[in-house]
Amino acid sequence: MAVSVDEAVSTGPARDHSPPARRLGGRGRSGLEVALLIVLAVVMLFPVLWMIETSIKENRDVYAIPAKFFDFRVTLEHYRDVFVAPDGGRSALSVSFLNSAVVAGVSTVLATVLGVPAAWAYSRFAVKAKKDQLFFILSTRFMPPVVVVIPIFLMYRQVGLIDSKLGLILIYAAFNVPFTIWMMKGFVDEVPAEYEDAAMLDGYTRLQAFWKFTLPLLVPGIAATAVFALIFSWNEFVFAIFLTSSDDVRTAPPAIAGLIGGTTTDWGLVAAASVVFALPVLVFAYLVRKHLIAGVTLGAVRR
Amino acid sequence: MSDPVPLTTDNPGQVASVPPPAPGRSRRLTDRGLAVGFISPALLLLLAMSVFPLLWALYLSFTDYSATRGGPANFIGFGNYTAILTSAQVHQRALTTLIYVIGAVGLQTVLGFGIAYLISRRTHGRGVLTTLFLVPMMLSPVVVGLFWRFMLDAQFGVINSMLGSLGLGQVEWLTRQRTALISLVVVDTWQWTPFIMLIALAGLTAVPKYLYEAASIDRASEWFRFRTITLPLVWPLLLIAVMFRAIEAFRLFDLVYILTNGGPGVSTETLSFHVYKVAFLGFNTGTASAYGILMVLVVIVLTQLYLRYLNKLKED
Repeated sequence: MAVSVDEAVSTGPARDHSPPARRLGGRGRSGLEVALLIVLAVVMLFPVLWMIETSIKENRDVYAIPAKFFDFRVTLEHYRDVFVAPDGGRSALSVSFLNSAVVAGVSTVLATVLGVPAAWAYSRFAVKAKKDQLFFILSTRFMPPVVVVIPIFLMYRQVGLIDSKLGLILIYAAFNVPFTIWMMKGFVDEVPAEYEDAAMLDGYTRLQAFWKFTLPLLVPGIAATAVFALIFSWNEFVFAIFLTSSDDVRTAPPAIAGLIGGTTTDWGLVAAASVVFALPVLVFAYLVRKHLIAGVTLGAVRR
Repeated sequence: MSDPVPLTTDNPGQVASVPPPAPGRSRRLTDRGLAVGFISPALLLLLAMSVFPLLWALYLSFTDYSATRGGPANFIGFGNYTAILTSAQVHQRALTTLIYVIGAVGLQTVLGFGIAYLISRRTHGRGVLTTLFLVPMMLSPVVVGLFWRFMLDAQFGVINSMLGSLGLGQVEWLTRQRTALISLVVVDTWQWTPFIMLIALAGLTAVPKYLYEAASIDRASEWFRFRTITLPLVWPLLLIAVMFRAIEAFRLFDLVYILTNGGPGVSTETLSFHVYKVAFLGFNTGTASAYGILMVLVVIVLTQLYLRYLNKLKED
């Protein structure tokens, strides 16, 4: 089954529409379809726009009834509150963003270092029960996090990994490895094994052939895979909320969720924190848009 | 990148100079060593962080262990399992989860495919439209949950505000039993419709143009073309997306936790959320483990179906 992802996501000009297709009443119907698409797009994007708008509204406009869509006072104080604590120091939220970056970054590096060689080996060698192994690997990714977190919690309590960044890094690496292997196997399959054979005829060992010839060709694929792993870890919430508690370890998702604990919620701050949190994800997702289908299906569906 | 495999010690010169049969043999050996050395670190991590915990949970599921009470775990056989399978509470959560999965995934499929179909008929601006539609999917469930909670707020939420200006009544979205579950379905649909759309669009753009051209020469009606060309060709891929979403929806936890916290009452408690309550609020670790293992069994069956189907599709 051939599926073109580029076609669906690239911003380039689309294929020509064949004239016969819009013969009868084509204009009117086409206009209706465009209108419908625009309405749907507005509905899908409204919450995001509303979030951005709320993040720059003054507090009394945030809670205005009826809601103010256009005539509100603009302020950046919510964004200041995200980074600066009331006493002028660093806010707990900004620390959590930093923690998120560290945890997501290190776990992604770990998953990549473990996953890429494994993907290459699965792609190149006749491994016993290869298909079963690959299926098993992907199955681990589908386990309900709430179920996995119970024994992990007990395990971490035994070895002192509760409320530590290392604990989160390990579990995130473990849930990104299956994805990395499946995604990267697709990329490795696209590089002809003959390159390595040729290099080995020239006297290189298999390992050198992989390192010097295949790996450089895999760099774009590795980058795309790593970006997805980074997004998954950055967005992850369930493990983070159960395995961490202190402010110096907590990542951003539980920290942002923690903003709504009390009797009153500063929704302007929640919105600003959400925007700051989501912005890098959207930028990264845009960068890897060509591989989006493979990425969101954990490498299972590809061109 | 430091590879944990220093297994290959032969240098290039050697391989080139030795007589033909020998390198073949040694190369095969090193290949095997390389494969093992490259694969085992990843598998070890998975064994330690996924398989071992699940085995531990399996062991605990046969005991009355409690994480807070401590003390020894007494073996109680299938006690936890019978308790869960016969519990009316669990049946209710299963029903809630089923309604949610069918409602949300059904809506997403219809909407996602519809949007994909509309986009695939456009000549211009396809890329921009697709990119815009994909935004919700990339957001963290925390952001999505929090933000919808704000928008659905009965007092100052923008949704009720809009309903008000249309002259419609206010709805207590998250504090009434029925509307809370509907809200959950709506929010999940909002976030994941783009997922179905993305995959359906890939399927739609892969349909060969000449099929449509042949059909239009035969003066086939639009509906006929859709039914006999588009749908059969896109369906296999669409089914992959639907199954994937169904598995994800079955495990749903974070959105419930943020949006409704299971309430009002227990009306939006999914199975995952109930496991969490039994484990972390009730501290019945043994019971929760059995509950979790049962969920894992369901997920394994679903995943096997999904992977089998995927495999069949790839081989065609």
